[in-house]
Amino acid sequence: MDVTRSNAAVNSEQQLNHLAPEHRLIVELVEPGTRVLDLGCGEGDLLKALQVEKQARAEGVELSESCIQACVAKGLFSVHHGDLDEGLAEYGDKSVDYVILTNTIQVLHRPLLLIREMSRVGKKCIISFPNFGHWPIRFQLFFQGRMPRSRRLPYEWYDTPNIHLLTIRDFRVFCQEADLRVIREIAISTSDGLCRQVRLMPNILADAAVFVVEEMRPH
Amino acid sequence: MAAMGDSGSVGVVRTEYLTFAQPPAALELECGRELGPVTLAYETYGELNARRSNAVLILHAFSGDAHAAGYHEGDEKPGWWDIMIGPGKAFDTERYFVICSNVIGGCKGSTGPSSVNPETGLPYGLSFPVVTIRDMVEAQRHLIDHLGIEKLLCVTGGSMGGMQALQWAISYPDRVALAIPIATTVRASAQQVAFDEVGRQAIQSDPDWMGGDYYGKTVPHRGLALARMVAHITFLSDASMRQKFGRKLQDRAEYGFDLVADFQVESYLRYKGDSFVKRFDANSYLYLSKAMDYFDLSQGDGSVRKAFAGVKSRFLVISFSSDWLYPSYQSKEIVSALHHNNVEVVYSELQTDAGHDAFLLESDALGRLISSFLEHGSNGR
Repeated sequence: MDVTRSNAAVNSEQQLNHLAPEHRLIVELVEPGTRVLDLGCGEGDLLKALQVEKQARAEGVELSESCIQACVAKGLFSVHHGDLDEGLAEYGDKSVDYVILTNTIQVLHRPLLLIREMSRVGKKCIISFPNFGHWPIRFQLFFQGRMPRSRRLPYEWYDTPNIHLLTIRDFRVFCQEADLRVIREIAISTSDGLCRQVRLMPNILADAAVFVVEEMRPH
Repeated sequence: MAAMGDSGSVGVVRTEYLTFAQPPAALELECGRELGPVTLAYETYGELNARRSNAVLILHAFSGDAHAAGYHEGDEKPGWWDIMIGPGKAFDTERYFVICSNVIGGCKGSTGPSSVNPETGLPYGLSFPVVTIRDMVEAQRHLIDHLGIEKLLCVTGGSMGGMQALQWAISYPDRVALAIPIATTVRASAQQVAFDEVGRQAIQSDPDWMGGDYYGKTVPHRGLALARMVAHITFLSDASMRQKFGRKLQDRAEYGFDLVADFQVESYLRYKGDSFVKRFDANSYLYLSKAMDYFDLSQGDGSVRKAFAGVKSRFLVISFSSDWLYPSYQSKEIVSALHHNNVEVVYSELQTDAGHDAFLLESDALGRLISSFLEHGSNGR
């Protein structure tokens, strides 16, 4: 029994070391001891890190059955099968401290609907997405005249889940549209497995961004 | 995780029997009547550990029995959930002590309408009291006490077995660490009641049924077989029937134009109906279907959330995408009620064409999910 437990500890350390750079940044943004809901939680790496490092009450929504099983194998026991395009009816208003959506907004059919749901359910929302305004993407479209592909957006136009691509500037406008107040905006460069903040001309030089937003208080 | 490839059989097994609730200490039933003595048929696989903490209670569906795994002496077919129970399987008998008992009201060794009433020396027939899912659980509780198990590691079952799993977690929150209700519901829907009623009418309109007093005479073969044919359709799906049968003909190359069964699906259903009659009692069909119809955890004030208020188990809720008898929305209702009570719950809808029957079929996804949940879910419980 002790052997199993120490193995589990080693495994979770490995998992934390393998955390995607952007997930590492998000872990740092979350206050300890809070309730977090990760939408499209995949195999649960971010949730596990939040549970271990921030003692968060970690919950997830995921569409893939193999991902749900992977979450269970990590010891995550609040993961539900669900389609994000159907909203978050399950969750009460402001029932969660952080609702997290990483690298997923661009695949949603109705991003505005989900973002409104997120800000209804969460006291704060953390959203990350690939920046379509990144310079190599602009260059590909401009010089080659073809739909751009990048490390973060590797698909052909006819075979991509990414149907709602956006730039950092787009997202700022979108927040106004959705009555969201931007608490933090962190533009990042995520090449080489590192995560560097980009302060200069972020909409051109950053390949991704992490936003922390909250619902605009009613007047 | 247990290697799913390394799976084996529990080998030859025997059904055991426990008799309890001798009058005057008879079992008090939800309907207000009493039943006693009560016999439960049960089987166990694997070893109970020294701490008595590795017991898994398997709860069978409508037509199941205590024989969940392994082989009875001389039998060619294994128990009904042999794909899931055995060394190296999801319910790994090298790690877990697995128990399965036949429900009361059934006809596979536990006290039911075909049992002899000790007061009269005759089969109960329709004098058997109406039993509920809660009564089934109450009877199983006596068995678990008898086996010296204070807390079950896990209760699990599909369909009617899932109803019992939910009832266990609600009736005995301190005695269930993990619950895995599969393809089930918090309350029978109008559609479920409707199909059950068709089955009951089929049986009761068979002249051989004789008001339930057919023991030692001709059994209501036609009625029971017809009930099973209808029910069997509801366990499958349009897709699975199309794949399995399509419009294939049985034992003929052309249409017969003679009102005899032309299609494979017809002869398959007839076969299923006929073989069911050999192993099931018509009165048990009436009683067990009624028990499912009465099942409603929101009884009283209509609140499912309230029903789960005291629950302490960790849950894994599973539904199947093509199950139209117990559709996924019914599992989501369970998940929602648990979620509102801050109970930890994993919910997975498995993609399959197999319909409601999917939980009885070979499935890597189901096996892996369950073995992961059992292995990791008991930490800190």
